[in-house]
Amino acid sequence: MNQYETVFIATPVLSEPQIKEAVKKFRDIITDNGGELIHEEDWGMKKLAYPIMKKSTGFYHLFEFKSTPAFVDKLETEFRRDEKVIRFMTVKLDKYAAEYSQKRRNLLKEKATEKEE
Amino acid sequence: MTANSSEIRYLTPPSVEIKKKKYCRFKKNGIKYVDYKDPEFLKKFLNEQGKILPRRLTGTSLKFQRKVARSIKRARHLALLPYVTDMLK
Repeated sequence: MNQYETVFIATPVLSEPQIKEAVKKFRDIITDNGGELIHEEDWGMKKLAYPIMKKSTGFYHLFEFKSTPAFVDKLETEFRRDEKVIRFMTVKLDKYAAEYSQKRRNLLKEKATEKEE
Repeated sequence: MTANSSEIRYLTPPSVEIKKKKYCRFKKNGIKYVDYKDPEFLKKFLNEQGKILPRRLTGTSLKFQRKVARSIKRARHLALLPYVTDMLK
């Protein structure tokens, strides 16, 4: 089991429920194939630094999960098949990266609780 | 007067440049991981055209220069940073 992090960009032409559905689809793919979802982040609609497939914006979403290396191939094939996804990247997290993402998660959590208060 | 005669006097004082020693900001601040998800931070290592600055200008150590370069390339792939541009800053 290794720790991975995936960011993907969905097309901006989708409506809000369609995006939720796409995200759910990939979340299910991760959990159904023995992956352990650690963290999830929705960056929302962001402007792209350069146009991809003639789109200048996109919905960013991040997954952090633990799985076997063979699963990453499977997940990436799914990303390639899905035409709603215009860009994706999976990165293996080493121990420093895992430490960093743990810190980042805690910071985000703190921010979220501050907002609630 | 005898003490002064040994000293060489210049009309204009020779400019001695005191070079500020460059340092690796990662080693100094104890940063161990360079995050590709933070384009604002990575912009410190780019020039206006979006090219990666050399080590001799930023002072980054070789180990972290490699990591910075990798993170920048990842950020570019995800369209967080541009491949080519003008007037980035």
